[in-house]
Amino acid sequence: MSVLVIAEHEQGALKPETAKVINAAAKISDNITVLVAGHSVATVAESASKIAGVTAVIVADKPVFEHQLAESTADLVVELAADYSHILASASTTGKNTLPRVAALLDKSQISEIIDVIDADTFKRPIYAGNAIATVKSSEDKKIITVRASAFDAQGEQAAVAISTVESAADNTLSEFVSVEQTESERPELNAAPVVISGGRGMQNGENFALLNGIADKLGAAIGASRAAVDAGFVPNDMQVGQTGKIVAPDLYIAVGISGAIQHLAGMKDSKVIVAINKDPDAPIFQVADYGLVADLFDVLPELENAL
Amino acid sequence: MKVLVPIKRVIDYNVKARVKPDNSDVDLTNVKMAMNPFCEIAVEEAIRLKEAGIATEVIAVSIGDKACQEQLRTALALGADKAIQIDTDTKLESIHVAKLLSKLVEQEQPELVILGKQSIDSDNNQTGQMLAALTGRSQGTFASKVVVEGGKALVTREVDGGLQTVSLSLPAVVTTDLRLNEPRYASLPNIMKAKRKPLDVIAADSLGVDLAPRTELLKVEEPAKREAGIIVEDVAELVNKLKTEAKVIS
Repeated sequence: MSVLVIAEHEQGALKPETAKVINAAAKISDNITVLVAGHSVATVAESASKIAGVTAVIVADKPVFEHQLAESTADLVVELAADYSHILASASTTGKNTLPRVAALLDKSQISEIIDVIDADTFKRPIYAGNAIATVKSSEDKKIITVRASAFDAQGEQAAVAISTVESAADNTLSEFVSVEQTESERPELNAAPVVISGGRGMQNGENFALLNGIADKLGAAIGASRAAVDAGFVPNDMQVGQTGKIVAPDLYIAVGISGAIQHLAGMKDSKVIVAINKDPDAPIFQVADYGLVADLFDVLPELENAL
Repeated sequence: MKVLVPIKRVIDYNVKARVKPDNSDVDLTNVKMAMNPFCEIAVEEAIRLKEAGIATEVIAVSIGDKACQEQLRTALALGADKAIQIDTDTKLESIHVAKLLSKLVEQEQPELVILGKQSIDSDNNQTGQMLAALTGRSQGTFASKVVVEGGKALVTREVDGGLQTVSLSLPAVVTTDLRLNEPRYASLPNIMKAKRKPLDVIAADSLGVDLAPRTELLKVEEPAKREAGIIVEDVAELVNKLKTEAKVIS
């Protein structure tokens, strides 16, 4: 058995999700190849070669892969697929975009967002917004799988393994990259942060999110938001934690002014410790919080910042 | 331009799914069902394209037993011109759905297929991408903005780092994110009118797609319950507990 892991990278750097997907891959096989598809990605390949468990790194460096569009990347993965029994990618927006295209081109059923590996054919995955956990067994001879990175620990490091390049005929006449609007932030990435502090509709407006800055700085935390806060236009949507946003599982999750709708809980209920600050004692968030504080967030946040 | 909108009948998003006592699946008996929220957004977008004079015909399609005609009637009441039910009571995986839809795309030749990005029951997020692959079309997934002009679709996508815009050659497949639009409600007169709109039924077997299962559902369980927490009195107690008891901050 051999696993192909598609590396997740952005702006010339390997993203932390990859080391977590490799952890999942290591539970399937000890023969793990990482594919780095992109343009000018030598540094990414080097970082990937140093992740424990990786046996080989292959690089497909070509302008057509620069923005990792599904049309070209999927064709590339299909070219390489013959040598692997499992093809894994992170359940990020990039992985979710590309992998089902790969699966269909190979005529395989895909298993999405696994949270556990039982054996090489059997996996656990959440369904119904995380309200149920399904154990599924694939009868495909080649498994196409996306991995919920937050459910796996990051693999450690090793001495770098060999990096080879691969020529690909993949092209893309179907779609073209136009532009990207990156949300700038100096804080850790939401998916990887050890601490996350999120604001909800209770924050009342976008300016009040600044109240979370001082606390986030002191805790080295990323700042998230509920769907309600995003929909109200308080903050951009890539800060959204939930079923339709990002799925996080930090050591500490602080929910401020968030009621705790199913859609939000699906994105954070696997956090190690959950703290809820809300003035409504009946808010559903208190049913999952380890520590709850029933108080007005505008009184409490400055106090909390000072106490840290 | 013809637009095809596949929709799915799923558990209502307000209902908390219950696992069957024998752990065989989620219990859907006597549970309120509705159109998948992402599919509603797809229908709305198609109708807006029609209102803008870009789309000439909107066809809604659903795959399932007779019950999914209810959701197709809803799509017709919202403004779709005709509906197609692909009739089957087999439990399908995304690859099967994508294959059935690809047959319909061959027949109907829509320039644009708009689907929801995922259904809120199986949470797969696969069908649109698979359909694009099977029909050799470009794909614009997780769309929060769609502009059709000059044989292209300019799609703004919600990606992890922010927003990405791609230009797709038509014909294309687009999947909707929640922020694409605010779906309208069907008015009573439109609901009445929808009853007279055409709804064709095609037997899934007649489309020549192998629907044999490829994934076996071994077990469905409740997720691990979190222990009930405690309510602290003030900030000082909270910080103290986090430092000494939970040891998550120093």
